[in-house]
Amino acid sequence: MTLLTGWGRTAPTRATVARPRTAEEAAELVAKAGRRGVVARGLGRAYGDAAQNAGGLVLDCTALEPSWGPGPWRLDSWRLDSGGLVTASAGVSLHDLMTALVPRGWFVPVTPGTRYVTVGGAVAADVHGKNHHVDSSFGAHLRSLRLLTADGSVRTLEPGDDLFWATVGGMGLTGVIVEATFQCVPVESAWMRVDVERTRDLDQTLETMAATDDGHRYTVAWIDLLARGGRMGRGVLTRGDHAAPGDLPARARGNPLAFAPRPLLSAPPWAPGGLLNRATVRAFNAAWYGKASAGPRRVVQGIAPFFHPLDGVGGWNRMYGPRGFVQYQFVVPLGAEDTLRRVVERLSGAGVLSFLTVLKRFGAGTPGMLSFPMPGWTLALDIPAGQSGLAAMLTEFDGWVAAAGGRLYLAKDSRMSAATMAATYPRLEKWREIRRRADPDGVFVSDLARRLRLC
Amino acid sequence: MRNALGSVDTVLLLGGRSEIGLAIVERLVRRGARRVVLAARDASASMKDGGTAPVDDLERLGAEVHVLEFDAARPETHAALIEEAAARVGDLDVVIPAFGVLGSQAVYDADPVAAARDVAVNFGGHVSIGLAAARRLREQGHGTLVVLSSVAGVRVRKANFVYGSAKAGLDGFAQGLADALHGSGARVVVVRPGFVIGRMTRGMTPAPMSVTAAEVADAVVEALDTRKGTVWVPARLRLAFAVMRLLPRPVWRRLPR
Repeated sequence: MTLLTGWGRTAPTRATVARPRTAEEAAELVAKAGRRGVVARGLGRAYGDAAQNAGGLVLDCTALEPSWGPGPWRLDSWRLDSGGLVTASAGVSLHDLMTALVPRGWFVPVTPGTRYVTVGGAVAADVHGKNHHVDSSFGAHLRSLRLLTADGSVRTLEPGDDLFWATVGGMGLTGVIVEATFQCVPVESAWMRVDVERTRDLDQTLETMAATDDGHRYTVAWIDLLARGGRMGRGVLTRGDHAAPGDLPARARGNPLAFAPRPLLSAPPWAPGGLLNRATVRAFNAAWYGKASAGPRRVVQGIAPFFHPLDGVGGWNRMYGPRGFVQYQFVVPLGAEDTLRRVVERLSGAGVLSFLTVLKRFGAGTPGMLSFPMPGWTLALDIPAGQSGLAAMLTEFDGWVAAAGGRLYLAKDSRMSAATMAATYPRLEKWREIRRRADPDGVFVSDLARRLRLC
Repeated sequence: MRNALGSVDTVLLLGGRSEIGLAIVERLVRRGARRVVLAARDASASMKDGGTAPVDDLERLGAEVHVLEFDAARPETHAALIEEAAARVGDLDVVIPAFGVLGSQAVYDADPVAAARDVAVNFGGHVSIGLAAARRLREQGHGTLVVLSSVAGVRVRKANFVYGSAKAGLDGFAQGLADALHGSGARVVVVRPGFVIGRMTRGMTPAPMSVTAAEVADAVVEALDTRKGTVWVPARLRLAFAVMRLLPRPVWRRLPR
């Protein structure tokens, strides 16, 4: 019996956690799940309650061995063919994959802001990254999946199957993903060629992104939410591409594919609340904004600091103190910039503390019925849970986002209502239908599913 | 399920006409609760009249409201009632036993049977419903039981020692249950209001540091957001009673009320 939370460390619930080593073991556990059901969990990086199952069973899938038999070490949990097609056991982390693949000249097709997610989690949340505007989300690169379903069988699914697209983005509610095969991208180095540029205000941030995004594979904007008035929505735009060996500093040219990142420091478990207060966030924002020069500046950066700056601090979620924090990430379609502007105005006017505020332009989505991305603008905020008036403000934003035809990201959500969910995911009914066929007794369930009345 | 910012989905109120209980439920519904069970004696009567009855009020705020028949004095029915409530609305996020009777000490002195009957409701009824609710919350791995104790039970006064001793028992029960549930995902919030001005105390002169049902409800809802296990309403009663607990008996027994 263990108390589990998501990465935001809010709303703990108790579950029995089991750690199957094979799909057969997982199937036995699923068969014995009982009336509170079961859900798979990876590295627990979903911010909310997606990988919690109060009173029921949670399968920690990080020890799952691949179908081609156990190996003496983790590296055996994936296979790579000469064309960059990777088959990985669902519990393998993108960190482990990158550590193995980059030196061989391959990079994962999509990485979120942390490497510490599992392949199973990346599929279940249909994760996106800084390359969404050109490469879409993780599901777009999947060739096949192996899914343990409620009847105990392991089905191989391909993009032609309904259940495939109910599983991509399906938050683990169609079964336990045990294996995934996806196409990687070739790289010549473990480095990124990055353009950094400061923007004056929100309009310039949006315009610059819309105008120059397509020239780069990876783009994102960091927004200074504490800036007000004429500077509201100012930010720092980073646009990057995989670097060629010729771009690298001399010291790196000898071994351009060397990649061995590790956390630099770790937040102590006893970190008190309030470390991230108005003063520290303001100082951070000023420094970050000040560091970027006004005109475009080109730098060469390692993959880790470019994609996963927060992975440099182990357990950074503890910095928010015992009450935890919420992530609020929404997308609104292109053309709904006004909604985005209203949200930024309101947040900036209310002085809401958000340590990391990130804006990104999305490209095409996947057919995943509960997949989050759609062509449009997505804004992600990290907000300490204790701020007064926060619940009401975010509920108000939910209404604006829904009215604009947008939605919230399930892997980040820990607070929206079932009504908002139903109003913003138009393919939810279709998903329910497919899920009912695959899991008629509702064996797969999570706190998120209960809160949003998904099944 | 409770969400990250403390909003819940389902609420079970036992003593469905309680002023404090309904004030808490109303606040929870305003903050997002969508399914409510009101359990009360003679539940069919006066709970819904198309006007200002409790059910109508909550439905106007957008909640789906279920009414169940409930008698605090019949503990043999309590486990089934909890199961019925869960069958209607799913996991119980917040359970609030808010029933109770406040008789005058003079009446109890004259009628020991009435005193025993009221103690059976004020203490025994809470024990059986509290244990039945705790079993359910433990099984579901989450949920909060709100126990409405009273400063009357913190140090029992001669002016109302029958009521006070039942509350003292209840307070001890709630603390023990809170410890027993620690780590289960479920928790108990013990609420210790002072004199609450309202229907239950009509005709009585308010004591110092009196509060209204609304104030008690505000404090309870705030506690649900945090990890607080004990709530004094008003908060300064905690300090006041830290002192009052230390008063020597000869002084304590001379208190006028």
